[in-house]
Amino acid sequence: MCEAMAPATVALAPAHQSYLLQARQMQALSFAVHIPLVCFGIAFPAMVLFVEWLYLRSGDPLYHTLAQRWSKVMVALFAVGVITGTILSFEMGLLWPNFTATFGSVFGLGFAIEGFSFFLEAIFIGIYVYGWGRLSPRWHFVSGIPVAIAGFTGSLMVISVNAWMNHPSGFRLLGGRAVDVHPLAALFGNSYLWHELVHMYVAGYIVAGFLVAAGYAFGRLRGRWRRYERTALAIPLTVAALASPVQVLVGDWNGRTVAKTQPVKLAAIEGLAKTTRGAPIHVLGWYTGGGVRFGIPIPHALSLLAFHRWNARVEGLDAVAPSDRPPVNAVRYAFQTMVGIGTLLAVLGVVFLVICLWRRRLPESPWFYRALVVAGPASVVALIAGWVTTEVGRQPWVVYDVMRTSQAVTGAGGLPVGYATLVIVYIGVAAGVAWILRRLARAPLEAAAAG
Amino acid sequence: MLLIDLPLILALAGLALYTVLAGADFGAGMWQLTAGGGADAQRIRNHAHESMAPVWEANHVWLVFVLTVMWTAYPSAFGSIASTLSIPLFIAAIGIIFRGGTYALQSGTSTPREVRAVDTTFAISSVLTPFALGAAVGGIASLRVPLGNAAGDLVTSWLNPTSILIGALAVAASAYLAAVYLSADAVRLGHPELVRAFRARALVAGVLAGLIAVAGLVVLHSDAHRLYNRLVDGPGLPALIVSIVAGAVALGLVWRGRFELARYAAAVAVAAIIAGWGLAQQPLVLVDLTIRQAAAPHDTLVVVVVAVLGGGVILFPSLGLLFALVLRGGFDPGQAGAGVATAPAPAPKAVIASSAAGLSGRVAVACLIAGIGLLTVAEAGWAHAVGVVSLLAFVVAGFVVVRPAEVAREPDEDSSTRCGA
Repeated sequence: MCEAMAPATVALAPAHQSYLLQARQMQALSFAVHIPLVCFGIAFPAMVLFVEWLYLRSGDPLYHTLAQRWSKVMVALFAVGVITGTILSFEMGLLWPNFTATFGSVFGLGFAIEGFSFFLEAIFIGIYVYGWGRLSPRWHFVSGIPVAIAGFTGSLMVISVNAWMNHPSGFRLLGGRAVDVHPLAALFGNSYLWHELVHMYVAGYIVAGFLVAAGYAFGRLRGRWRRYERTALAIPLTVAALASPVQVLVGDWNGRTVAKTQPVKLAAIEGLAKTTRGAPIHVLGWYTGGGVRFGIPIPHALSLLAFHRWNARVEGLDAVAPSDRPPVNAVRYAFQTMVGIGTLLAVLGVVFLVICLWRRRLPESPWFYRALVVAGPASVVALIAGWVTTEVGRQPWVVYDVMRTSQAVTGAGGLPVGYATLVIVYIGVAAGVAWILRRLARAPLEAAAAG
Repeated sequence: MLLIDLPLILALAGLALYTVLAGADFGAGMWQLTAGGGADAQRIRNHAHESMAPVWEANHVWLVFVLTVMWTAYPSAFGSIASTLSIPLFIAAIGIIFRGGTYALQSGTSTPREVRAVDTTFAISSVLTPFALGAAVGGIASLRVPLGNAAGDLVTSWLNPTSILIGALAVAASAYLAAVYLSADAVRLGHPELVRAFRARALVAGVLAGLIAVAGLVVLHSDAHRLYNRLVDGPGLPALIVSIVAGAVALGLVWRGRFELARYAAAVAVAAIIAGWGLAQQPLVLVDLTIRQAAAPHDTLVVVVVAVLGGGVILFPSLGLLFALVLRGGFDPGQAGAGVATAPAPAPKAVIASSAAGLSGRVAVACLIAGIGLLTVAEAGWAHAVGVVSLLAFVVAGFVVVRPAEVAREPDEDSSTRCGA
């Protein structure tokens, strides 16, 4: 094949970069801004469509008002997601040119297909939002379905790339170049893809559900509690309340897969210094070189959870050279944050479900609504902590066991300037999003639907 | 046509579409910026916004398309370009944040004062982004980007005569395209004063863009001689001729007030410049890298081409639907309510019968138990798959059981809007 004859010089050489940490932080910031918006892309269209479906079934104008107002929030958040997503695609080249230059042929397809998902989402979100009252009710509903589907396929594609970075396959390295490339097998034949996808997909519903509910819970504490607000709280909260206990099970599945495929990441998550049989879990505490200090030990729990055996052997950080280990405390605390918040969210969800099912009404205690106001932002913290666990836990590798992050980074100067600029711009974006959401919330309800 | 060229042709086609679609969006931002004060200026700003709002997100995804195809099919070229040209690309990225932010904010602004504040604050990015992207293209076209991680000069690779020329051309062409499109939209909306305003703008910007293009040949002659030779006397010549002819035809159509046709002629003139660049530069992608050397392995090229063509089969009818709705005026102001906004069924009824909810309860419990067993206890991959499906079914069935819309209905406390706290 002619491709095989291409000279090996087309591989880019790693460059020195004094600001590798800043580059990583810049990437992390961009993800942290984008990922909560992705949750709305995954989950919110389905919620809006459900409410519109209620309207089509019942003819109750309240549902029409709710779906229409939510769709404005949806398009505003999508617009912000478009720009933060575009920034991420720029950063693939601006920050990590060696990563894309070496492995673009392996993982790039995922993003190319994701681009089409993004396209369909953008097209139909335009039709849906501008089509209120301009398309027939049925066709308007139908025009929203591709938005919901594209939100899912887009996240599938992006996560297929992340799963590949964590568990790379589908190529061989020859003189710094990827050869024997099989992109479909690399992205979709990857055993690491499915648990990550399901975990993120369920997280999308939890985050979007709790965040929307938190907004209306805040309103209730200030006396806004007509049927409109109750409906707008109950629907997303029911989804989140059902999804959060499920996430505990899915998270456990994630942990077992990581234990098999990335033992070093698991060791960092648990602060396990030495390979151990019957390994314990420590809650809280601080990792020092030798192990976790001041933590609350639960004997044998790690062996039991990760391998379902009392005395299973769990690989410790000592299995690899110190230079191949991730920063333990960052990973460990991110993980504990995620698990802690996730557990509390599941408890809150079960409380809500029990009250709804037994009393056939919404909870009445203001403490429940105060908890909800906290649960919304907390779910975002758990989401980001989860991504910190998987991404920082993969360090020092950008492609696990294949390419170091330091080999991937750009050789261009000026990273601190770019980082500072992006921080300022994203603070502005956050302020803008806060302003627009407030603005949309303040718009008066139509009189007909307020009852 | 070889497999190694095909993704590049698709990427350039994407770039041309980005230029003629999103370029017009940036151009609209420039006209908002330069509208001045007073009621007339406000009408110009509103018109520029309302014409673009339904389509801007879709227009901007073309850039993401170009980036993804480039890094998949020509990864080493992409890495070299992105690292050497990191400054203009970062400026463009920041500009895109601001421009997109304008639309995100405007979906919630209602008073004209707010709209104007948002427009003016961010319209500056409408000049910045096309210039920066044009300057980056100038760096590639004048072969100032070598293979390697930031191997070229970080400054002169995009601050040079060719880059400044192409940046300026991108700005002028964006303004021109926007004025032509907005004229056509104003005709459809029946606003003669807006038609006059944008016709004048289109003529000025069109002549300016033409002058920059002609002056550009002089600049290319001295600064990017290979490109110049292959453009005026080589593979790029046909595209150059098409661009000149289409540009002249478009100006004539604008002069005569035939804006709907001018829309397409102007777009062809701009797209032909990109085609001419591609034709003139091949087979080089970078100064020391040919397309053949840059191309990804065979399997990748095949799947990316199949994915793009397959995606196109879904994409183009969808885009056609969006543009048909926009261009036929379906989304114009005042159209709301012309369709069917009435409730389809007057009598509210229970959405889901109680018996269905009872059954769903048993299904939900069964799914949850099955899910726990298959996902958490079992080890096999197939068991996990079934377990996940069971748990998702549990969520759906549980949702049916809870019936949140019914729960929110009772007890009805409509008489007092204040409670709790």
